[in-house]
Amino acid sequence: MNASIERERQTQGRFHQWAAKEGNAYAFLSFYAILFLIFIIIPVAVAILLSLTYFDTIQFPRFIGLRNYITLLTQDDIFMKYVLPNTIEFAVIVGPGGYMLSFLLAWMLSQLTRLPRTILALILYSPSMTSSVTMAVVWRTFFSGDQNGYLNSFLTNLGIIQGPVQWLQSPQYLMPIMIAVTLWSSMGVGFLAMLAGILEINPELYEAAAIDGMSNRWQEIFFITIPSMKPQMLFGAVMAIVGTFQAGAIGVTLSGANPTPQYAGQLIVNHIEDFGFLRYEMGYAAAISVALLLMVLLFSRVANRLFSSEE
Amino acid sequence: MTRRLFRKLHGVRNRGINPSGFHPSQIQFYVILAPIVIFMLLPIVFIVSNAFKPPEELFAYPPRFFVVNPTFTNFSDLFNLMSTANVPITRYLFNSLLVTVLSVLASIIVSTMAAYALSKKRFKLKKALFAINTVSLMFVPIAVNIPRFLIIAKLGLIDSFAVHILPALAMPVGLFLLKQFIDGVPDEVIEAAQIDGASDVWIYWRIILPMIKPAVATIAPLTFQATWNNADTSSMYVNIESLKTFAFYLSTLSSTTSTANTIAGQGISAAAALIMFLPNLLIFILLQSQVMSTMSHSGLKG
Repeated sequence: MNASIERERQTQGRFHQWAAKEGNAYAFLSFYAILFLIFIIIPVAVAILLSLTYFDTIQFPRFIGLRNYITLLTQDDIFMKYVLPNTIEFAVIVGPGGYMLSFLLAWMLSQLTRLPRTILALILYSPSMTSSVTMAVVWRTFFSGDQNGYLNSFLTNLGIIQGPVQWLQSPQYLMPIMIAVTLWSSMGVGFLAMLAGILEINPELYEAAAIDGMSNRWQEIFFITIPSMKPQMLFGAVMAIVGTFQAGAIGVTLSGANPTPQYAGQLIVNHIEDFGFLRYEMGYAAAISVALLLMVLLFSRVANRLFSSEE
Repeated sequence: MTRRLFRKLHGVRNRGINPSGFHPSQIQFYVILAPIVIFMLLPIVFIVSNAFKPPEELFAYPPRFFVVNPTFTNFSDLFNLMSTANVPITRYLFNSLLVTVLSVLASIIVSTMAAYALSKKRFKLKKALFAINTVSLMFVPIAVNIPRFLIIAKLGLIDSFAVHILPALAMPVGLFLLKQFIDGVPDEVIEAAQIDGASDVWIYWRIILPMIKPAVATIAPLTFQATWNNADTSSMYVNIESLKTFAFYLSTLSSTTSTANTIAGQGISAAAALIMFLPNLLIFILLQSQVMSTMSHSGLKG
């Protein structure tokens, strides 16, 4: 009897001790933690669980093991023939391409004086502030398929094309246009971080290198600039990877149809929506989502290897 | 010694990174940057130009890129227009403004509180929690649209005003940037306040918040962009027309104009697109110097 009261008092004491020591920290964290749990952790967990089921939104999900993944890898012709190659082509050009472009632009900007640098950085950053909705308005007018379309009229005047071209409806043009449009809007947070990172580097490093005989700017970039700003390079890389996959809806936005014409601009994100919201095969769509998250994680691992600051 | 000599010979450094004055070697960068900058700028000039074009110029063949006789017709047409569901445009705009302002304020409070705890408090799960947040920088929201929908439906948030705000508050990038910035606040300042008997709330409110203004000025425009530009929330989670936002309205404009009255709608949607874009630009211009100073803390250690 006495012992149990004693024990209770002890555990209570321990709780109070803990609350006094760490309670405040958790209290400060709580709001963010709850929202983070609800809108990020649980959705990912649910996606993983759903991916193991057959779920048509009407009946309760039925457990089917790994069958969705097996179907995805062996029977989904559209995924293997169009979606996966498209996604890889898009991701490789827009991801590393956009990333190198933003580094080079940031580096060139850093060689200018403050005022022009700020103005040019603002111009380069501004496309990333436009929403996909705004872009749809602009690009659809610009690439409009009739002779009144701006690109059509311009190219006809130059004599490059004879009649109007259905830019956004033709399979051979849709993908290059998607890539150009995404690159246009890819100078975002990562670009700003890299610009700030380059500007932070201690100028004495360059002076010391110049004295040691380093003469050209490419040497400077590879031996001083990049090694001195690895953390920013990694942040920029992660932002580039996420941005690339997040931009996946662009094909549907531009062509106005899911699936895109002859699946030419079909990316993995569109494939998820196609199955999830158009065919209501939620379990299968969840399996594709998990595959997508794994791809992002894999790419980020690679970036991590490249720019890890701990040797 | 040699280093000092080197500096003396070169005087003020006008070459290389962050020069303080003009030097002919900078011309090459202007030459390379010029076409890229023009390419980046064109679509934005295009929106502005189209937004001010009178109908006859929108109809003109061949189409002209720049506006000749600018008018405000498109804007007045836009504001006189009713959506198909008889909701006035101003209602969408009002919703967008309210949602955005509330999201920005709430996200500043929620993220700075969490960042303070993760940076300056000592507790067991600290490292693990920050690592989880860093991994979720790689989170692609679009991938889990479906489970998100199911959860939001279960919580009864469909058709509520809060659904515009709550999901936007869980922003790993924001917490990450803030935490990195607060790491730069010296511990001594906080310890001194603790010795004087200051509570955590006091420290957070009177010391941390004033010291991290640049970081707050960075995540504010990020949240602003994310919510102001967001059309998906309205189309996925809201069925009541009068609770939808301006971004959603713009998306309906561009999808209807592609079929019927292509040209007439072009001016109106360009006007709407300009209204969407301008606040983002203005806020960023106002805060850009603070954004840059925060970004130098943005490094991610692998």
